[in-house]
Amino acid sequence: MIKKLHGVHLPHKKDTEHKECVHIPLPKTVKIPMLMNMGAPCTPLVKVGDTVTVGQKIGDTDAFFSVPVHASVSGTVTAITDHLGANGATCKAVEIETDGKQTVCPDLKPPVITDRESLAKAVRESGVVGLGGAGFPTHIKLNPKTKIDTLLINGAECEPYITSDYRQMVESPEDIINGIKLLMQHLDIPKAKIGIENNKPEAVKVLVQMADQYPEIDIAPLPTTYPQGAEKVMIYNTTGRIVKEGQLPSDVGVIVMNVSTVAFIYRYAQTGMPLTERRLTIDGDTIKNPCNLIVPIGTSVAEALEFAKCDTDRVKKLISGGPMMGMCLYTPDTPICKPNNAILAFEHITEVEETACIRCGRCMRACPLRLMPTELEKAYKTKNVEALQKFKLGLCMNCGSCTFVCPAGHKLAETNQLAKALLPRK
Amino acid sequence: MNTLLVAPSPHQKHPMSTQRIMLCVLVSLLPAVIAAGIYFGLRAILLILTCVTASVAIEGWCRILMKRPQTISDLSAAVTGLILALNLPVTIPIWQALIGCFVAIAVVKQLFGGLGQNFANPAIVGRIVLMLSFTGNMTTWAIPRYWKEAGADVVTGATPLVTESASYRDLFLGNTGGCIGETCAIGLILGGLYLIFRGIISPSTPIAYLGSFALLTFIAGNDVPYQLMAGGLLLGAFFMATDYVTTPITCKGKIVFGIGCGVLTFLIRQFGGYPEGVSFSILLMNILTPYIDRFTAEKPIGAVYESKKKEEQTNA
Repeated sequence: MIKKLHGVHLPHKKDTEHKECVHIPLPKTVKIPMLMNMGAPCTPLVKVGDTVTVGQKIGDTDAFFSVPVHASVSGTVTAITDHLGANGATCKAVEIETDGKQTVCPDLKPPVITDRESLAKAVRESGVVGLGGAGFPTHIKLNPKTKIDTLLINGAECEPYITSDYRQMVESPEDIINGIKLLMQHLDIPKAKIGIENNKPEAVKVLVQMADQYPEIDIAPLPTTYPQGAEKVMIYNTTGRIVKEGQLPSDVGVIVMNVSTVAFIYRYAQTGMPLTERRLTIDGDTIKNPCNLIVPIGTSVAEALEFAKCDTDRVKKLISGGPMMGMCLYTPDTPICKPNNAILAFEHITEVEETACIRCGRCMRACPLRLMPTELEKAYKTKNVEALQKFKLGLCMNCGSCTFVCPAGHKLAETNQLAKALLPRK
Repeated sequence: MNTLLVAPSPHQKHPMSTQRIMLCVLVSLLPAVIAAGIYFGLRAILLILTCVTASVAIEGWCRILMKRPQTISDLSAAVTGLILALNLPVTIPIWQALIGCFVAIAVVKQLFGGLGQNFANPAIVGRIVLMLSFTGNMTTWAIPRYWKEAGADVVTGATPLVTESASYRDLFLGNTGGCIGETCAIGLILGGLYLIFRGIISPSTPIAYLGSFALLTFIAGNDVPYQLMAGGLLLGAFFMATDYVTTPITCKGKIVFGIGCGVLTFLIRQFGGYPEGVSFSILLMNILTPYIDRFTAEKPIGAVYESKKKEEQTNA
């Protein structure tokens, strides 16, 4: 039994656990940003007035660290505008007026996957990025330089409220298992593990049944502590391996992939339909009908909120993602992007006044990587770069546990993010 | 829709606040306060109220004089006042108690920058200053329920640490001479357990403190349960050696701190000139706290340090 890393206990608030995913009515227009993931933005391949079909590639780039973008609806391109994303980056966005027919692109056909290269190429073409929230281009992970012995599938979904991965696990577990088989076969990985927090017994049960005939696929129930789904935490808690500073999971022989991502890869291999829609959870205290939706990429957040009967006048904070790591949206007229696993609309926000640090040590005990947020804060205030390096600021993954527990209301995670700007670039 | 608030994550907060922590400490000391009332009467309660009020007032004035934001609502001054009061004999003149409060709050806490900045436990320094300035008054112990004895004057006795004559039962219940808050072992243990179960203090400090002290006492051939329950040891171990600000922040550091306190308390009680050594040992360990923290800092998971990196490079 491996000793588990520290974590914090959060209220689960999985209100939408039993809400089956429903398709949202086709939006009249969609706005598809050319940058929805980590990496380089795409260049639009279409121009105003062009007719597009579902699954048609509308943006691509030569950059390796990026993926192409596809049309999620059929219709006419009405505008190509500048789009300011929630993360502050600007990129082009293609606006499409839907024709309601959802004509599928005639060129689409299942990819021919024979080996590692063709798999990685197909995965890039599918436009898939990590669907768990981070948006890391998946195909990058499929070119490891080292020998991989474990495929780790992340079904932790440790953020409160979000249940989109859970619904994926319960609604179509066969896609997950088949996706795992596909990856294991072509990447020559001997075993796979699916890590699931034990507050999802139904998902564990379904997947254990499914994986019964495959002894090489193992289901690992994990304690319900945040951030169980963080890559380094999950690797440690399932395999006992430590991903060191500056290393990638592949350096310790592991590839980590979200359950929804792996299920999508399987569907793509079968149908050739690229990433044009995704599951997401709509919740929050202004939402009358918390639900799980399947929406075309580029659907406006406002439309999803309306479907979930959101009392928009009361919304004070709109979050894309979970309450611990999600980003605030400055307007509901933002398109839903590929990595977007939830939209939360809150009226009641806890705002705490910052008081003096009482050295209680809660931040240190909460930190899964055993950093000392209070020392980092002191070092940041005095702009002491040496101390920031000594206390390993670079390891902070901004999970927010330290800020969450601080009784003095210090925004420690935010401070760490600000402090990272002081570190010398490598 | 309203203007939306944009703020960095996380967007959730644990309800625990500094004020709530301090409130928990006040609540945990209630059994000791009640015991003080039972054994030392109304004057003990009056002494407690005076110290708490004075500490809060002094903190308020200091913040006003220093033109700093007001902090009395965090209740930390009330906690200091209460702990100081519990460390005083019932017979002490009120004006002397007030001097103790002034030293604790104004000198030890506010002059060093207020909550979180003081290097020594304010209540302990307050007590030690009184001990050295008014040794006579600070070592005059009223016997429990002194008002029931014949005569108008307070009947005094010695602390059980000196006489070594109290029964286990009296020590456990607090029916013995001593500072008003230190005599009732059961009340202090209950309060300490409450703090541990509420997650306010880590059990490692009291366990290390009491454990190392008990071990040494046992080796020296003394009466272990008696030594544990007599004097200010339980009050110190649960409520003063666990003060966040002046004790180590690291898990290992808390154990080192506890053991240090245990050893020093034993040495002072066994060989020192004072009958009691709890406050001196905690103060000494307070001073060592930054060093303990530095040497017990945990290595972050996955951390790679420069020197090792170079070694690896040369090896490769």
